[in-house]
Amino acid sequence: MLKIENIRKVFNPGTVNEKVALNGLNLELNPGDFVTVIGGNGAGKSTMLNSVAGVYGVDSGNIYIDGVDVTHLPEYKRAKFIGRVFQDPMMGTAATMQIEENMALAARRGKPRTLRTGISNKEREFYREQLKILELGLEDRMTAKVGLLSGGQRQALTLLMATLQKPKLLLLDEHTAALDPKTADKVLEATEKIVAANNLTTLMITHNMRDAIEHGNRLIMMYDGRIVVDVSGEEKKNLTVEQLLNLFSQASGSDEVDDKLVLS
Amino acid sequence: MTSLINALPGALAQGLIWGIMAIGLYITYKVLEISDLTVDGSFCTGGAVCAMMLIGGHNVWVAMLVALLAGMVAGFVTGILHTTLKIPAILSGILTQLGLWSINLAIMGMKANQALNVNNYDMLVSLRYLQDVSKGLRPFWQHPLFSVGLFTVAIIAVLYWFFGTELGCSIRATGANGNMARAQGINTNFNKVLGLMISNGLVALSGALLAQFQSFADINMGRGAIVIGLAAIIIGQVTFGKIFRNFALKLLAVSLGSVIYYVVIQAVISLLDINSNYLKLISAVIVAVFLAVPNIMPNLQKGKKEAGHA
Ligand SMILES: Nc1ncnc2c1ncn2[C@@H]1O[C@H](COP(=O)(O)OP(=O)(O)OP(=O)(O)O)[C@@H](O)[C@H]1O
Ligand SMILES: [Mg+2]
Repeated sequence: MLKIENIRKVFNPGTVNEKVALNGLNLELNPGDFVTVIGGNGAGKSTMLNSVAGVYGVDSGNIYIDGVDVTHLPEYKRAKFIGRVFQDPMMGTAATMQIEENMALAARRGKPRTLRTGISNKEREFYREQLKILELGLEDRMTAKVGLLSGGQRQALTLLMATLQKPKLLLLDEHTAALDPKTADKVLEATEKIVAANNLTTLMITHNMRDAIEHGNRLIMMYDGRIVVDVSGEEKKNLTVEQLLNLFSQASGSDEVDDKLVLS
Repeated sequence: MTSLINALPGALAQGLIWGIMAIGLYITYKVLEISDLTVDGSFCTGGAVCAMMLIGGHNVWVAMLVALLAGMVAGFVTGILHTTLKIPAILSGILTQLGLWSINLAIMGMKANQALNVNNYDMLVSLRYLQDVSKGLRPFWQHPLFSVGLFTVAIIAVLYWFFGTELGCSIRATGANGNMARAQGINTNFNKVLGLMISNGLVALSGALLAQFQSFADINMGRGAIVIGLAAIIIGQVTFGKIFRNFALKLLAVSLGSVIYYVVIQAVISLLDINSNYLKLISAVIVAVFLAVPNIMPNLQKGKKEAGHA
């Protein structure tokens, strides 16, 4: 479903701030894969997701989604294939617009924006049903401005919006990191539910090792702009946090495991 | 006092005309969150095009349509400078405005102004019509307050419809959160250009109306338009913000804000009997006051609260 071929991304090339964020990264996802992504700060996780989403171009390599070469497509055109939830709860929704308006915008992802009405009564009913899935009571506040919602509610809404129009690929960048533990669990639960119900191919970045092990069918670990661990199936199911730390130390070639590097 | 009362209908009509410009500015400033300085130039473009078209013997509606299109072209140029060429919005607007100075002069046949004799042309609005209607020489609907008022309502109605369409909603999303908009497949650059075009089209339309109203187009007629537009937006918001929530009503508030602005200016001039050279200074002060009010008031309240907690 997703094929990343040898991509390289350098920030601020030729300056003292030069940073090789992705260094010959390869990854292939099968349809229905739910992959959790872990790795230390600056490992290149967000850069990988942003490169796939087209937030910026890559310096070399190719990206294919469902067989289509999207390497040179602008962000808004790739959106047709991709649903996204960001780390920052403010980023995924338009605060000054209503809940239902936000949903209507998302429901038209990848479709031309015409002079037809921005939201019809028929869709409103559909959105109400969809909002019920979240169990946050948002179905009764559909005309409220999104800016009035809490971070957790906004993330849950963004998640729903990302999947209203079934994406070929769902990209989640630490989408629960800014939430309190209880809310984070709820949003993660909703994620699990929505991904399973739609059989979505998903990439989920997390800093929580336990979440990374518990969710999905495959786990990858990044280090220095590359994937250094890739486990799936039974092997992943039986992973422990301890084993994961060991894998990390082997892969990164350091004798001592710096817990902070992985867990922070 | 009598001078104020005599000048009032004119001030009201002028306020309504500038209100259309302010509604145009609202689209960039509030909906797209872009500060667009093109308007000082495109306002004059509208007036110049309309005047020259009328002088050339064209129908007033055709003249206004061409003025609208000319304004849209100006907005298009600013939009391309800003999006495709990635020049900051403010600078893009300034560049277009600068260039328009020469273009506006060229439109007016390299003259700084062009007079429109009311008797020679069938215009939509004119200060003269105002007097004519009160004398009973013309039907009431030719009263500038009525005709411009109707025009304003029509523009608000069209904009209200448009910003409720899929395309209009996507423009609002572009201004509200560009990241979100792109993630939802919205071409934000296209939308910014489109928004700038609609905005400057309205601004030029307003300039076309003013040229008719005052019976001339002048190279300086748009100078300070951005300030007047901002004043109208802020005054409208401060005055009606609490009660006008609906988008159409918000646009109406902008128009009324412009009217209030003109009445205040007129009152200051008439009542204090000051030299009209101080007009710009007074305008700047009025706008500064209205811009500062919403900033200072919550601060005062916040200051009180903080003091209370301490
Ligand atoms: N827009 C940017 N400009 C310059 N450097 C950047 C930019 N984005 C990322 N980087 C750098 O690229 C490297 C990889 O960053 P990235 O955000 O992908 O890390 P990450 O794995 O997501 O880390 P974290 O867990 O902290 O989110 C870092 O060194 C970062 O400083
Ligand atoms: Mg990151």
